[in-house]
Amino acid sequence: MSQSFTPIGQEMPGLDQWDVRHMSQSFTLDGAEVPFTPGQSILEAARNAGIYIPHLCWHPDFPAHGSCKLCVVKVNGRHVSSCATPAAAGIEVKSNSPEIREERKVLLQMLFVEGNHFCPSCEKSGGCELQAQAYDHEIMTPHYTLFYPDRPVDASHPDLLLDFNRCIFCELCVRASRDVDGKSVFALSERGIHKHLVVSSESGRLADTDIDPSDKAANICPVGVILHKRQGFTVPYGQRAYDETPISEQGLPNKETV
Amino acid sequence: MMNAVVKPPRPKLRVATTSLAGCFGCHMSILDIDERLIDLLELVEFDRSPLTDIKHCGPCDIGIIEGGICNSENVHVLREFRANCKTLIAIGACAVNGGLPAQRNHLDLQEILLEIYQAGPVIDLDHARIPDDPELPLPLDKVHPIHEIVRIDYFIPGCPPSGDAIWTFLTELIAGRTPSLPYSQLHFD
Repeated sequence: MSQSFTPIGQEMPGLDQWDVRHMSQSFTLDGAEVPFTPGQSILEAARNAGIYIPHLCWHPDFPAHGSCKLCVVKVNGRHVSSCATPAAAGIEVKSNSPEIREERKVLLQMLFVEGNHFCPSCEKSGGCELQAQAYDHEIMTPHYTLFYPDRPVDASHPDLLLDFNRCIFCELCVRASRDVDGKSVFALSERGIHKHLVVSSESGRLADTDIDPSDKAANICPVGVILHKRQGFTVPYGQRAYDETPISEQGLPNKETV
Repeated sequence: MMNAVVKPPRPKLRVATTSLAGCFGCHMSILDIDERLIDLLELVEFDRSPLTDIKHCGPCDIGIIEGGICNSENVHVLREFRANCKTLIAIGACAVNGGLPAQRNHLDLQEILLEIYQAGPVIDLDHARIPDDPELPLPLDKVHPIHEIVRIDYFIPGCPPSGDAIWTFLTELIAGRTPSLPYSQLHFD
């Protein structure tokens, strides 16, 4: 099937009208031509074309969430979440520009000051997507005043540990538990600065839910909130997911690590 | 490596270092640049530092701060460094975001002190009390990263940053370039 750019509606030998309509549209991303099928988001089309746009709350198995805003791009002068913005023919998208990179840096720094992200004592360090994004964006300092919120851990479950200090509210566990596991173990409660992850049991403890360590929700956290007990620090320093290779070089469809 | 450093025609830069609410691990990492310390001493001389035991910081080109701010003395020392150093560098996780000491921030200070000195497994419960010698600096209710107290010019994260990262950073800075770390040397842990 031809991937070349063809004006909509123009007939091509060997392609039916559906192909022409659905595979021949494109937009530009940092000057490169990116083909897309209608319904795809800018982020998905870019991934298929081998271009990585940084993201945290987006996951290939789930619909766009649009909460972390890390996948922000500039489309015809406006800043939008590329995971939640449909690709459209002819639009000009800027992603790897100094302006957008700086905006992503600020978003990451705000995530770092909002929670308690003490990497040296975190089991997820080296395999954490927030940390990996920070490395990739050359973040040397959180820059802002740290919040140091009080978020007690939940160690009630025999096999799983919840350390809420590191939660970035991506809702991947919420979505996985509800849409894949069919258990709705997790939810976000309250709003704004009071927003926090809660466990849907009478006691509020994870031990009193029917979550299983093999559930999707127990294995999808991009940071160090949902951890499997007795497995911490098993991968040696230097061999962890993002020790040597940036997340931007392993986050594309054929290189997905998770 | 020895050949990479050319003797400077200019006077040596003065460098001061200190550890505030840190564990001296970052200073150990400075020593981890190993024999390159000899190359470094061709370029710099040390002012106040645990290496020289000079007690107060004089006018310096570069100040290196390990550790966050956990007591009143830390604040004074940090301000002395800022007043005297043209360029101030935060080194290590504790200086950058408070680090391990800041994990007490969600706890009440008095409760912590009582737990440690009066309720904890102390040897002599009858004479146990919170240390109150006037020489002791008062602890702050929260531990802060140093950028919340004074302006910081550069940050080197890591717990500790590797000797290689410190070497890269310092040599780039001394050479007059804006320092940056290669991916393999940038770590938060």
